[in-house]
Amino acid sequence: MTPMTATDSEIRVLSPTGVCGSGFIEASFERALSQKPHIIGCDAGSTDPGPAYLGASKTAFPEDAIERDLRLMLCGARRAHIPLLIGSAGTGGNDAQLDIMYRLTRKIAAEEQLKFKTALIRAEQKKPYLKRRLREGRIKPLDPAPRFDEATIERSEHIVGMMGAEPFTRALEAGAEVVLAGRASDTAIFASFPLMRGIPEGIAWHAAKILECGAASCVTRRTPDCMFAWLTRDHFVVEAPDPTLRCTPQSIASHSLYENADPFRLVECSGTLDLTRSRYEAVTDRAVRVSGSEFIPAERYTVKLEGAEKAGYQSVLIGSVRDPFIIRQIDDWTSRLTEKIHSRVAMVYGERLRPADYLFNIRIYGKDGTMGPLEPVKEIRSHELALVFEVTAPTQEVASTIAQITRHQALHLPIPEWSGLITALACPYNHLDRGAVYRFNVNHVVEPDDPFEMFPMELIDIDGSNEKRLAA
Amino acid sequence: MTALAHLARLIRSKNAGPFELTFDIMFDDAATYRRVRESGVLTREAIAQRYGLAAEKVKFFYCDNAYAIKASIPRPHVQGDPMDSDSHGGQQYAPLMDIEIP
Repeated sequence: MTPMTATDSEIRVLSPTGVCGSGFIEASFERALSQKPHIIGCDAGSTDPGPAYLGASKTAFPEDAIERDLRLMLCGARRAHIPLLIGSAGTGGNDAQLDIMYRLTRKIAAEEQLKFKTALIRAEQKKPYLKRRLREGRIKPLDPAPRFDEATIERSEHIVGMMGAEPFTRALEAGAEVVLAGRASDTAIFASFPLMRGIPEGIAWHAAKILECGAASCVTRRTPDCMFAWLTRDHFVVEAPDPTLRCTPQSIASHSLYENADPFRLVECSGTLDLTRSRYEAVTDRAVRVSGSEFIPAERYTVKLEGAEKAGYQSVLIGSVRDPFIIRQIDDWTSRLTEKIHSRVAMVYGERLRPADYLFNIRIYGKDGTMGPLEPVKEIRSHELALVFEVTAPTQEVASTIAQITRHQALHLPIPEWSGLITALACPYNHLDRGAVYRFNVNHVVEPDDPFEMFPMELIDIDGSNEKRLAA
Repeated sequence: MTALAHLARLIRSKNAGPFELTFDIMFDDAATYRRVRESGVLTREAIAQRYGLAAEKVKFFYCDNAYAIKASIPRPHVQGDPMDSDSHGGQQYAPLMDIEIP
């Protein structure tokens, strides 16, 4: 069997791109549709862009770019009469981010006159539910994990659960033709349909792991693009629809390393994908057959949580130093500066703002700005240093005030080599107010009663610009 | 002796979720991979030493199928925290480049 021939006993899955909004080549997508996929899946989120997107309910990719990808996928899926599954809507997969994706879906349906049944699956977790599960001892830390208690839940802007394959399967069984899901395991999007059709778990989950990143597992991916998989009961074959892209046994095996702490064991809600005995063989010079992957069911079904809380409001001042006298004593200079700033802040705010209420941080580029405590090189070899002064405070006004204090104190902080008033810092512009900044605050799992209780589903009939909400 | 940077096809670092950093050291062919693996120089302990960690904090893997060596460590600061300097974890691999392989 060549991967180019469709047979009845196999399941064919198309992944247009690694993230909805990062783009794909339309010709690759059309070629993939001609290979008769049973389903199109697309991941639309990640923690990789940082906590601000989940915290502030914004999308990491521009909405216009998401809309472009979504339009091609929706039109392609309706033309081929196959389901489209989208997970981790709007980057963080919280309710507001899912609503952004739903709004874009409605807009496209109206403009393209599309008719379909859609399922919205929410992944945002309500605070009373999390507090109850915490009290019951059914929220467990992963390693490493920050402290997570009722106060953490209360402080959080948003906490989402990462759904498994079951909520997708339930939506498909309810007749959904377009599934828009909040935060989901990237692989669950792609494993759900093959699992429903009886593909063994090891094959379904491993194929999903390759598919979820689009063409990223090709030898050299020049631009985000499509990936296609043929799954049978004893193996799967992957090949990129773009005829110039190549998958090799090494490139596919290597992909299990990407963004995973452990390349052989990938933990899902329902168990662990074990790649220890996976075999990778070339089918052609562009397609790879994978077999031998195993799935070890978990004793308890668990759902991973992701949460973001506000760390404060930030202001940033950027400056540089060229004077070798200052550079050779930069650690002393910055620690003297820090003391001066704390005492000046105390003079301005008195009891209203204690040192523990704000964070003052100096990054020294040219020394250890990139690696911080991990930097093994201790000596400074540069003739100039860039300094980034950051203030994180309870309000933007306070952060901004301390940044202004920093500018003035840094400009004129003396060194023993010079007498008289010096100007020690070159500032390309005045300070910048960054607004609210966020931090991730949970690395734990919940033990729910079943795979669905954290992920309510709503079914909606869409017909052009009309929508009709159905009972779930 | 050859520096690891001249033997590897790619040395990279990346987040493995917001709480861990992971390093992938990838080779073009089985012979180069075996040379590095069997040199006994690139080990869990060597990674721990380069990043100032106890060896038990380092997850370490030989990936024969991929001709790759992989290690993961806890992030010094959680991704995106006010003290974090590399949100994607992408520039943390440089200290591995000059490891000398016999």
